[in-house]
This record gives sequence, C-alpha cells and structure tokens, in this order.
Amino acid sequence: MDFSLTKEQELFQQMIRDFAENEVKPLAAEVDEQERFPIETVEKMAKIGIMGIPIPKQYGGAGGNNLMYSMAVEELSAVCGTTGVIVSAHTSLCAAPILEHGTEEQKQKYLPKLASGEWIGAFGLTEPNAGTDAAGQQTTAVEDGDNYIINGSKIFITNAEYAHVYVIFAMTDKSKGTRGITAFIIEKDTPGFSIGKKEKKMGIKGSATCELIFENCVLPKTNMLGKLSKGFGIAMKTLDGGRIGIAAQALGLAQGAINETVKYVKERKQFGRAISAFQNTQFQLADMNTKTEASRMLVRKAAYKKDQKKVYSVDAAMAKLYAAETAMEVTNKAVQLHGGYGYTREYPVERMMRDAKITEIYEGTSEVQRMVISANMLK
Amino acid sequence: MKIVVCIKQVPDTTEIKIDPKTGTLIREGVPSIINPDDKGGLEMALQLKEEKGAHITVITMGPPQADLILREAFAMGADRAIHLTDRKFAGADTLATSYALAGALKKLDFDLLITGRQAIDGDTAQVGPQIAEHLDLPQVSYLEDLKFDGEKTFTMKRHIEEGYQILEVEAPCVVTVLASANNPRYMSVGGIVDAYQKEVEVWGKDQIEVDETLLGLKGSPTSVHKAFARGLKPAGELYEVDTDEAVGIIINKMKEKFIL
Repeated sequence: MDFSLTKEQELFQQMIRDFAENEVKPLAAEVDEQERFPIETVEKMAKIGIMGIPIPKQYGGAGGNNLMYSMAVEELSAVCGTTGVIVSAHTSLCAAPILEHGTEEQKQKYLPKLASGEWIGAFGLTEPNAGTDAAGQQTTAVEDGDNYIINGSKIFITNAEYAHVYVIFAMTDKSKGTRGITAFIIEKDTPGFSIGKKEKKMGIKGSATCELIFENCVLPKTNMLGKLSKGFGIAMKTLDGGRIGIAAQALGLAQGAINETVKYVKERKQFGRAISAFQNTQFQLADMNTKTEASRMLVRKAAYKKDQKKVYSVDAAMAKLYAAETAMEVTNKAVQLHGGYGYTREYPVERMMRDAKITEIYEGTSEVQRMVISANMLK
Repeated sequence: MKIVVCIKQVPDTTEIKIDPKTGTLIREGVPSIINPDDKGGLEMALQLKEEKGAHITVITMGPPQADLILREAFAMGADRAIHLTDRKFAGADTLATSYALAGALKKLDFDLLITGRQAIDGDTAQVGPQIAEHLDLPQVSYLEDLKFDGEKTFTMKRHIEEGYQILEVEAPCVVTVLASANNPRYMSVGGIVDAYQKEVEVWGKDQIEVDETLLGLKGSPTSVHKAFARGLKPAGELYEVDTDEAVGIIINKMKEKFIL
C-alpha cells in the first residue's frame, strides 16, 4: 500500500496550489461579499484545463482522473468554497453523466465545450417538494412526436445563471414513481426554458444558485440522456460521483481554515505570549488536523476506487459524511480560536464556516449518507 | 523557428529560512523551482511559438532530481527536453557549466538560444553570456521583450541602467531574459498528464562534444573560498525630523564614525 502521490500528482498539486493562491484567493472575500459569480476565474480555469480534468482527451478534456479532480476541488476550496463548488457541479454533475450515459453524438456535441470551459454545466434534480425524496418529482416530460414537452421547475441549482447546458430529470410516467423518471440534456436557449429567482444563501454566495423553470419547453428526443425511465439510476449514480467533489470541497474548507488558524495563533498575543503557546490552542489544532487528514484519506480512497472502476458509492458517502461534518467542526473551531476577530469579515474563517454548512446538506444530506452507509451494512 | 531555452532548478529562495542557531540555510522542505529569469525565458519562447510557430527544446544541467523542471517545462508547452547530467559535471563553476552546456548546444540546431539573466541561488549572470562566447554567437543580455519578423530578424528591448535599448539582431543569437519580461503561464492540466508520458533525453559527457579536463570541479578556475552567514545588525535609530535637522544628524554620525 502506497499513500504517497505520484510525481505527476505532485506536479499537479503544485500547479493547482499556485493557481488557487494567486488567482482565486485574492477574489474570495469579494465574491462572497458581493454574491458575485467569479466568471473571470472560470475563464482562467478553462484556459489551463481545470474545467475538464477527468474528461478523456478524445472529448477535449485534460485526460486526468478523479483523484486529480478531487485534489483540484480541495485546493480551490481551501481558498474559496464558491470556486470549488462551481468546478464540482460542472464536472461531476453535468460533464460526468454525459460522459457516462450519453450517446456518442451527445458526447461529441457537449463534452468538448464543457471540458474546455467554453460552456459551464449544471444539474437539476431537486424540486420544491422533492429534496431528499427525489422520487417525488413533479416536473413532467410528455412525449409529442419527435419531442418531449417539459413542464415544472427545479430549485437550488448551482451555476444555474451562468450555465449553458443542464442535465435535468423529469417524470415521463408518473404512475411508476422512481421508475418513471427520465434524464435529459437541455441547453440554455431552449424555447420555454428560463432561469428563475436567485437564492440568497448563508454561504458559497458566488455560486449563482437559482430556480430553473420549464413552461411547455420543447426538447428533441435526441436530448434524452440514457434510456427512457432510467433517470433515477442516472441521478443516483451521478450523485455518487458528485459526493467525491463535495467531500473534496469540505476537505478543502477544513484545510483552508487550519491554514488560516495556524498563521493567526502564531501572531496573536495574549497574556504576553502567542496564543499558539497555550495547550488549549495546541490540542484544538491537533484535533482539527487529525480529522482533516482522516477526511483526506477517505476522499482519496473514494476517488481512487472510482478511477479503478470499482464500486465506490459507500466510500463516497463515507467521505462526504465525514469530510462535511469535519469541515463544520474545524471551521467552527477556527472561528473560536480567532476569538472576536474570527467573527468579523476581516478574517476568512467566518466565511469558511458559512461555506462549510452546505456540505452537510447538498448532494445528499449527512442523514442520507448515513442511510447509504448503513443500508450497505445491513443488506 | 527553432528555439532552445536553458533552465536551471533552484531552491525557492523566497521560502528559505535561516537557522537562528547555526546561521545556515534550512533547505529541508524548501521547494525546488524553475529559476524565475529562466521561466521568463521559457514563457518568451512559448509566446513566440503561439505567434509565429516554433519548436521549443529545453535543456538543463543538474542532478537527477532536476528532471522535475523539465516535466514542468513540458507541461507549460515545451516540445523537447534534454537533461544534461553526469558525475563529471559536479562542482562546476560558471565557466565549466557554460562549457558543458555549450558542448551540448553544439549538437542542436537553433535560431534562438534563450537563457535567464541569472539564477537566484548564485546570482552571477555569467552562464548565458559565456555560452554565447563558447559558441561564438552574438548575444544580447537583460531582455524585456523580443519580437520576430518571421524571417531572420529579432527586434529586442533591452533593459539598461539608464532606460532601454532597442536592437535588431539576426538569427542565430543568444539572449538572456529578465523575469520581469512577462508573467509565465501555469502548467496546463493536460500538459501535466502528458509530461510524464514524454521522454526526457538524458545526456552525459559522452553524448556531448567536450574536453573532459574542462568539466566539473577540475575545469573550474574559480572556487568558493569561504561561505558565511551575515550577522544580524541591531535595529537602527529612527529620527522623525525635518530635512535640515536630518542632514545635521547624518553629518554628526559620519563624523563619529570617522567617515568625514
């Protein structure tokens, strides 16, 4: 068993760390404060291939793997949670299901544009009445000659306002529950499709989270992703992969908070010495680092298993559960160790704490992860 | 156009710390990087490649671990990489280094040879100009910009103390480049994936045209006599006064030290 990174992975980590530090970190506070989608960062990421890391070269991607992708989301999130989730949703929730379930025509049409970052991708499953209960879909797709007519809406869609292509789910047969859901690929300018209200969120404020609205939206049958009625399986499989991305985001947030806190406790003096000299500080840091490193092992194991084409859904669930709860705990401690300053926006840890909360909720809540993990134990 | 870029692996001196007890450099954990001026030179070559088309060869002389910077150069867009490495090269001063590099460069066909101005670990700024002398090629040092007319002529902007010189030089020639010439690009993700699939050519003394007695420590007419850490000076005195009073204080201080 070898826990070390390969030379290629080390070089990749060095590049992505430099990029995050020099291009992403300087904008993080502003993106949060102004609730602004960092489109200029996306353009820079596109230029060097970050928007298509695990996409094969034949489809215009970088030809990397899921481990590299998870490392990228981690490093980006360590300085900006918003940027991490933009890449994660784009890659795991849009490009990945098209790569996995798309026809050759669909792959040729969409993947080069997504992988090059010319187009941004998004994913629409959640509805006002279908969150964890994804089977409660009310959006419908009714066959009409060569088309499907889509009606309904999706909420909490990451990248929504800035995306060019969306993987969405709709009921093609309401009587069949989960077996009546079908996946579709929809482009931004499809007639009858529009973007609704933008959410005002606690954290990841720059990620442009909006509603998708379908009003007699006409979609050619060729835009069906996978087979008729197989949408629920596609959604669940996609979310398995997405969880690696979100676990990596949570891991990055935790690491970012540790980096900031280590710097701060060495500088901050109370009672005549740096607060790093106090054993409480030292013990808190030790716990923060241990849990974060454990999260990293889980994330990398899940990504590795996906790369090895092994079954990884439980690994991804464990990685996401543990990394998300660790991110929440670590960022909370980071704020505490910063004291009053930590509660202000002068320091980035309060933003990291707000950003961390969502990792326990989206792409399957922590409760859902526990269901996945225990169901596998008890089957 | 064929371009060769010489690069060197150096410790990232911005991350070096001094051991307060021994006064020596703490090298452990200090990352190795492409020397900044050399990276500027590589970026200049990559921009020429994008504008006019070019084939870029990078070459470095150094121990086996210098392979890393050649991979980085591949990931930025270089086409070919040569690693000059041999125990016989060890301990070389600038003359022996430039001699070995020139021996390798004689085997390559190029229109433009780019080196960085100087390396942040040695700061001599000698190797680039010495290579030009060994190869008997025209050289222009301290470049901030370079344009190519697409045929034979380069227009160069050279940084000098008083300002700039604009020169026109015909290929083939040697230039040394400043890091301030540009902002080097990031390695691309796809480039990194490919970098370890590509072959770095490893050349030893037997692969190049050299006289062995002029290599390495033996071939080095200069040697480091002594290296020491400079002692820390105590904090200076600060006066917040107007100019006339300040001049008076300075004159008195200089008299105290018998400078005046």
